Amino acid sequence: MQLTNRSKIVVNKEMTFAEKIYLPAILSGLLITIKHLFRKKATVKYPEQTRPIAPVYRGWHVLKRDEQGRENCTACGLCAVACPAEAITMTAAERKKGEEHLYREEKYAAVYEINMLRCIYCGLCEEACPKEAIFLTDRMVPSDMVRTNFIFGKDKLVEGKEADKRIDVSKRQNAHRHQ
Amino acid sequence: MEFLLIKFVLVVIVFAVSLGIAAYSTYAERKIAAFLQDRVGPDRAGPFGILQPMADGVKMFMKEEIIPSNADRLLFILGPCIMMMTACMTGVVIPWGHGLEINGTFYPVQITDINIGILYVFGVVSIGVYGIMIGGWASNNKYSLMGAIRASSQMISYELAMGMAVIALIMTTGTLSLREMVEQQQGFHWNVFTQPLGFILFIICAFAECNRTPFDLPECETELVGGYHTEYSSMKLGFYLFAEYINMFISSAIIASLYFGGYNFPFIDQLGLSPNMLSIVGTLIFFGKIFFFIFFFMWIRWTIPRFRYDQLMHLGWRTMIPLAIINILGTGVYVLYKNGQLHF
Repeated sequence: MQLTNRSKIVVNKEMTFAEKIYLPAILSGLLITIKHLFRKKATVKYPEQTRPIAPVYRGWHVLKRDEQGRENCTACGLCAVACPAEAITMTAAERKKGEEHLYREEKYAAVYEINMLRCIYCGLCEEACPKEAIFLTDRMVPSDMVRTNFIFGKDKLVEGKEADKRIDVSKRQNAHRHQ
Repeated sequence: MEFLLIKFVLVVIVFAVSLGIAAYSTYAERKIAAFLQDRVGPDRAGPFGILQPMADGVKMFMKEEIIPSNADRLLFILGPCIMMMTACMTGVVIPWGHGLEINGTFYPVQITDINIGILYVFGVVSIGVYGIMIGGWASNNKYSLMGAIRASSQMISYELAMGMAVIALIMTTGTLSLREMVEQQQGFHWNVFTQPLGFILFIICAFAECNRTPFDLPECETELVGGYHTEYSSMKLGFYLFAEYINMFISSAIIASLYFGGYNFPFIDQLGLSPNMLSIVGTLIFFGKIFFFIFFFMWIRWTIPRFRYDQLMHLGWRTMIPLAIINILGTGVYVLYKNGQLHF
């Protein structure tokens, strides 16, 4: 049965003299390789250059704050439950008096850790979140030499309070909407 | 006294240049490999990665030195020493330039012009095989031993064809001295035009002698881990790799001087330069030819896949040697005809 039209019939014919001495074949091979010497290089010099990424790229998570700079996360744990890789752990705490400017609701995550080596960047935590607190962003997780350094705590996940330190997540959200 | 001093300076220069070129051959190899594969290659150590050989050298020296407990300590150390020593010794007879005339005395740019120069090269290169054999045997490792056996049988087989290719050349030139051979190729009378088959045989054998692809079976990674230097580490491994690059440099120099006129170049008499100036230009041109052949070695490496071992032996014994014999016969007829001793 013929599945594709790419199949070729193998002919085990005797080699001609020109083929037997190999030199013409070697010369044509040399010509092919020398052409590559002047080709455009495929290398991306990574730290200086980065490859273009899709608008829906899912990378390094962010824990969002609201307009008044309060953390959205209430440590409900839905993201940790939704996570298929079991990469998210958290410890909940109760908001004390005087902390209303820090946390939006009475309960907040005292510790919130994502193991970036376990995470598969599927985005299910983002979908599970009822408070629009966690989003995946287009930032890549940088490399490191030590495995423990890949457990990102709140210091690396929560966005800054100031307007210029906020992390924009609208690109991917809007890209979804257009489709 | 003055004679000794000049020779000493020349020896030091040739030694330093060999090492420098070998070091930068490693860089060139990686760069050329990268470029032929549409990559960029090492570019982090200094501008364009120009300091990469230094970084590699430091790395080699800093690495832990391991001598296997069951290895023969003396021979294990002797192996790379022989390899390095023979690699550095062959540069002695190569005429690097015509010579300089200073204060009425003529100083040839060559360490010594022994009248059996080419035989000396062959002799020293044959000793180089011992470096591989001893190293492979002393490692007490089956992969090393296999690599050593392959290397020695390969080198012995190809040395035959190489020697025969050179015999034909000796028949036309009538001398064994490298300097006289080069002097005879004055201008554009290069031996490659009279000995094209001999040149092809010689360059193929040179690839095999240097253990370069497509004949790099002694260190064939896919079958033998690292070949004869599997058990070597640190600078002993560095010596083996380095000696290979020096060998490549020296064989490029020999190919250039035997078949491509050495320091001669076309229109050498029409430039109107002083003899000293001509000699310097000639030396530069000689190095240009050497660099081309080093590039050619690398170019071939990234073009042709490795031979299978039986194919290698088949090529050596059943193709190269008969061709070399035919070449000798043809050359004999040519020489007789040229001398008018052949009457049809």
